[in-house]
Amino acid sequence: MTIVKAPPAPVGRQHGEEPPQQGWQFTSTHGLVLLLLLLVVGQGPIRRALSTPVMQSWMTVFLAVVVQALPFLVLGVLLSAALAVFVPPSFFARALPKRPGLAVPVAGVAGAVLPGCECASVPVAGALVRRGVAPSAALAFLLSAPAINPIVLTATAVAFPRNPEMVLGRFVASLLVACAMGWLWQRLGRTDWLRPPARATYEGDGKGAAFWGSVRHDVMHAGGFLVVGAMAAATLKAVAPESWLRTAAGNPAGAVLALSVLAVLLSICSEADAFVAASLSQFSLTARLAFLVVGPMIDLKLFAMQAGTFGRSFALRFAPATFVLAILMSVLVGAVLL
Amino acid sequence: MNRQAQAAVLFLVGGAMLHAGTTSLYLRYVKAGLQPLLLAAGAVLIVAAAATAWYELRRAREARRRAETESDAGHGDVQDGHDGHEDDGGHGHREPRISWLLVLPLFALILVAPPALGSYSALRSGTALQPPLAYPALPSGDPVSLSLVDYAGRAAYGHGRSLGGRTVEVTGFVALDRGGTPYLVRMALNCCAADAQPVKIGLSGKLPPVLQPDSWLEVTGTYSGKRAEDPVNGGIIPFIDVTAARPVPTPKDPYDESWNQ
Repeated sequence: MTIVKAPPAPVGRQHGEEPPQQGWQFTSTHGLVLLLLLLVVGQGPIRRALSTPVMQSWMTVFLAVVVQALPFLVLGVLLSAALAVFVPPSFFARALPKRPGLAVPVAGVAGAVLPGCECASVPVAGALVRRGVAPSAALAFLLSAPAINPIVLTATAVAFPRNPEMVLGRFVASLLVACAMGWLWQRLGRTDWLRPPARATYEGDGKGAAFWGSVRHDVMHAGGFLVVGAMAAATLKAVAPESWLRTAAGNPAGAVLALSVLAVLLSICSEADAFVAASLSQFSLTARLAFLVVGPMIDLKLFAMQAGTFGRSFALRFAPATFVLAILMSVLVGAVLL
Repeated sequence: MNRQAQAAVLFLVGGAMLHAGTTSLYLRYVKAGLQPLLLAAGAVLIVAAAATAWYELRRAREARRRAETESDAGHGDVQDGHDGHEDDGGHGHREPRISWLLVLPLFALILVAPPALGSYSALRSGTALQPPLAYPALPSGDPVSLSLVDYAGRAAYGHGRSLGGRTVEVTGFVALDRGGTPYLVRMALNCCAADAQPVKIGLSGKLPPVLQPDSWLEVTGTYSGKRAEDPVNGGIIPFIDVTAARPVPTPKDPYDESWNQ
């Protein structure tokens, strides 16, 4: 809170407490009101500036990503707040195997029960780490949940009616990558890379205050990063020409790489990516499998959200490793199954 | 951002979601099936805003009461350690500045409300036409009303045989490529506009003298054997031989969602 003109401080102020509501201070509340007023007053010129086709299409895609992801984000945030407040840490200690090596595949398979796309899994995985679940197991859950839940697998089956093996391939490859990343983190991961999610402890407040405090914190935080990711995805969709893809489709290795990069850049919801993959029919099935395995695990939107939840130094190491491993595993599974 | 401002942002975002979900505004951006989820999310955000404001009020009241008792007692340092820790609305752990970005979608949705994707996006991506799984018998009516995607599938992959020479009626928006060839386009969508892809048919025959890109037309015509290759991805663009074209308002759901059924 930036205090522009501090009133004579009463006694309570000396301890860094909330200042009493007297005197005039410029707080973020005033900043917000000022910003909204400016936007409303200036809407005419702003609208004119935004009326070019490229800006319109940018904004439509930007809003589409945010509006589509927000319900799933809210679902994940509610689940994560419930985990943090109502489920005692001892539950996870009992539910997961003691040995982290075993907990990883169990958590990976447990990802199948979280219905939704990747926006829901980030806050839930953050809550799991905070509740004392081994990070390797929580990360396996984070990676597998958006890819292997029934909704996503059904969508994949609908999108590839002539290739049911795509569903199996997606399930197997995603689960393998999730477990491999969990084990890799267990062997190589260092705890200081993983920023313990900083937040107030809610002990002492009532459960209601703790629950809504957690919801508010997660929505504001993850929501901000979601906006960053949506802006990146919209920029790509509105600016980069699709004809670049055509040149890559001819070469088998190039095709896999091109679709993996595309999955990262497009940041499509994992419930919809199968339909996009189906329409990229000039590419091999293996390349499209890589698109389906990479997309739910790492994309621009997810990277921003992971950096926000677990810290930048974690995301900078975790994301490239996931990307490489997901491509390798897709090629492997593609060679066996497709 | 302090907690009051956060409560305001949560309330406004929740309100915007409810606004978009209760009008047909949301159909410009996401599929129709998301409506209940949007409304639920909006309601949860508004409740979260109310809860934040309520707990904030209670906390401020408690702090004031404590300040009074402290100043009465003359030494306030004792109780401070515990409370200062919880006080993330104060100085210690405010939400990071990135939360301010949540104002952007709010502004875009309420003040600008950009239209559904149109000819600009349609011409930049290749046609997403897929071979249909079957060619069910046409419904009755003359002209028979078909979705643009249905006509395109029958014309491109069934060589128009399932159309049986009947007059059809399709609706879409106009897009003109660089050479001036007019297309009628419908964006097909699976989840949200980020994955929307165009399905295009070419227009030949009796066309209106002026074709405005992004204007919606209801075109009546018959199967034409002519076809073109999409310059972007090499997909098939079938044509329709137009006998009449009539401007229509933008439909409530501007996207084709037949893939979702």
